[in-house]
Amino acid sequence: MAANIGILRRPVSTAGVWGWITTVDHKRIGILYGVTAFVFFLIGGIEALLMRVQLAQPDSEFVDAGTFNALFTMHGTTMVFMVVMPAGAAFFNFLVPLMIGARDVAFPRLNALSYWLFLFGAILMNFSFFKAAFPDVGWFGYAPLTTTPYTLSSSTDYWVLGLQVMGIGTTAAGFNFVITILNLRAPGMTLMRMPLFTWMTLIVSFLIIFAFPPLTIALTLLLFDRFFGTNFFDTVGAGADPLLWQHLFWIFGHPEVYILILPAMGIVSDILPTFSRKPLFGYTTVVFAGAVIAFLGFGVWAHHMFTTGLGAWATAAFAGATMAIGVPTGVKIFNWLATLWGGSLQFKTPLLFALGFISMFMLGGLSGVMHAAVPVDTQQQDTYFIVAHFHYVLFGGSIFGLTAGIYYWFPKMTGRMLSERLGKVHFWVMLIGFNMAFMPMHVLGVLGMPRRIYTYSADQNWAGLNLFVSVGAFVIAVSILLLIINVLRSVRKGEKAGMNPWAASTLEWAIPSPPPHYNFAVIPTVRSLHPLWDEEANAVEPPPLPAHGEPHMPSPSYWPIVVAFGVTMVCGGLLIWQASTWLGLAVIAVSGFIGMRGVYGWVFEPVAAEEHAEHAEHPERAPAHHA
Amino acid sequence: MQYVTGIDDHRTSTGLDNRKLLMWAFLGSDVMFFGTLIGTHLIYRNRSLSGPQEEILSIPITTVSTFVLLMSSLAMVLALAAIQRGNMGGFRFWTVVVAVFGSIFIGFQMFEFAEFAHLGLTPRTNLFGSTFLVMTGFHGAHVTVGILWMWSLVFASFKGKIHQGNALQVEIAGLYWHFVDIVWIVIFGVVYLIGAYGAENRALESVEHAARAASLI
Repeated sequence: MAANIGILRRPVSTAGVWGWITTVDHKRIGILYGVTAFVFFLIGGIEALLMRVQLAQPDSEFVDAGTFNALFTMHGTTMVFMVVMPAGAAFFNFLVPLMIGARDVAFPRLNALSYWLFLFGAILMNFSFFKAAFPDVGWFGYAPLTTTPYTLSSSTDYWVLGLQVMGIGTTAAGFNFVITILNLRAPGMTLMRMPLFTWMTLIVSFLIIFAFPPLTIALTLLLFDRFFGTNFFDTVGAGADPLLWQHLFWIFGHPEVYILILPAMGIVSDILPTFSRKPLFGYTTVVFAGAVIAFLGFGVWAHHMFTTGLGAWATAAFAGATMAIGVPTGVKIFNWLATLWGGSLQFKTPLLFALGFISMFMLGGLSGVMHAAVPVDTQQQDTYFIVAHFHYVLFGGSIFGLTAGIYYWFPKMTGRMLSERLGKVHFWVMLIGFNMAFMPMHVLGVLGMPRRIYTYSADQNWAGLNLFVSVGAFVIAVSILLLIINVLRSVRKGEKAGMNPWAASTLEWAIPSPPPHYNFAVIPTVRSLHPLWDEEANAVEPPPLPAHGEPHMPSPSYWPIVVAFGVTMVCGGLLIWQASTWLGLAVIAVSGFIGMRGVYGWVFEPVAAEEHAEHAEHPERAPAHHA
Repeated sequence: MQYVTGIDDHRTSTGLDNRKLLMWAFLGSDVMFFGTLIGTHLIYRNRSLSGPQEEILSIPITTVSTFVLLMSSLAMVLALAAIQRGNMGGFRFWTVVVAVFGSIFIGFQMFEFAEFAHLGLTPRTNLFGSTFLVMTGFHGAHVTVGILWMWSLVFASFKGKIHQGNALQVEIAGLYWHFVDIVWIVIFGVVYLIGAYGAENRALESVEHAARAASLI
């Protein structure tokens, strides 16, 4: 077999910075996703705080209108694409292979590529800050507002290209997890024995691979309009449809909402049984409710467009579909409540956050069903009532659920427990701050305060509630500070966790914390939905490594980061092209070559670096096919 | 739960190879890419304000290029059948045929685009130019990737990296190639045939309209 073609030798070491850059280990990639998402969470949070300082008083001049536009645009884009999605991906990566009894994901290098594309795309978009061209067109980037006549600066180009790069990475991750979950399950791990979180990961991955293409195409069309003068969104000169972008964006955008919330639902569905000491009520129903939500999620996009004049029949159909999607969501909530009912509840921090999730998400869901009624929606469109609604879903839902996941699986990830006392303080401060910040927004919306305004005058009577909201935002900031303190202290001084500190039932708790890089010394054979509860006696100690030593794991690789760099710099070249044609073309050509070179290097790279030496000694042990 | 030793690490739950399943998932996703492009094209039908539209589509020429592309799919089937039997010569011959037929198709497309430009239709001209050229160009890019893939398979087979034992590699490339062909059948039917039919009807209608107007006078 030919050695690695090219100048880069296949790396073998997993130590130091290079170990992280070349890693293909799903657990390390999960940690990279998690840490990066948290950094962007702080950036997006600071953007939110700046907005709240501006809105705390009437007629404030803390920031000007343009800056405010940039702040709400980047706050939304950051929180959706650089925080909640990668935070979900962090859990997918770290947990799914452990939960299904696998050694890694199906395509470890593709997994690394997904992460690097996410990171580079996020950096590319945020780089606009240093060019004084922060995107300022809203997280949905409505065309024709985003076409050249209306956005002359390059800010929108950064937004389009950054999103495009991140989208490629996300779609690749979607493929990876679909294949991993369908194909790498341990013997006996049938689909209906998978933990709920794994189920939700599977559903989210399907949503990703079907929902991201419309966004990718919409962004490409917009890119062509801006760079090459096509007419897709040229309403004035070419008679383009002003609603085309809205349709394409929301066909992606509504499934995206479920991409953001379903991982949190999966986390909560796994936490509740552990702390109620009884199985999830109606496991099958919860699984199918998730699948139904995902399926219906593709048929409700136009409820974001009720006020655009789609016509009575279209509006009625989408209103009906939107009300229908509330049903499986309600099914889940009743199942969660029934799981708690009669259980011996242990109010540890993960359960508190899970309960916070259920109650806050339910409030957001109820105001969502209100919007399915078209007249109500027409009244509330673009008011703070909408802001309140989706923050109850995305913060009260996704962030509370993900935080529950942090407290629940931190011991597995690091081998140490987070402080319970600090965790409980964190929970209550966050719950109170969250409700201070977002509950009054309902009232502000009904009083008529529009979204996205950078200031208001004193005689509009919104000042008191706005000040209260701003104070709430800072209370949330304090709660996040408590989380940081808790994590930093516990990583070093936390109580040792052991294999299964919560006495939970799923496979990830059957191995040491943190898990060895090969996960399972011997692949377990599963016989029920709760492998560690039903046959606890067999699961106390993982078996030792077999005589022939550690299982073969894929070696680290440079190619994922090389390919990601090439792809990102092609987009960077497009941005340079606007200022200087030849330099831009040169950058595109060079980075295109680097990317293609990376792809070929990748394809012909053997899976494990030490294969040659070993094959010479044991030709009979050569794997059947590795290409 | 129990630990049974000696389980093959390379087995898969469905029995399908990971890479084959990945290709199927990718094709499912690609349906949405093309669906969005074709949908956009159909939404913008007959809405261009100026410049040439569907009437400049040439059904006879495109029928020939479509036939060539379909024959490339036949060659793909024969290439896979050959390598599965261990017939490397046949595999190389038919794979080169796939690549050549694909290139002929691309040649037709370049001719078509050049001809349209000559008739005054570019992506900047009108809505039809934007949607039609970006959609078919996106398909052409898919065919081009396929052609590169075919040549890579042929060259890799000379280095011994493609052989009967991993005919799966050819099967996966074949899945991709057939899919790209099927997408073209949809584009040929929905965009070319229906489009040209519509254009003809509109022309007839306008003639009748003119005749009626003339008779009224």
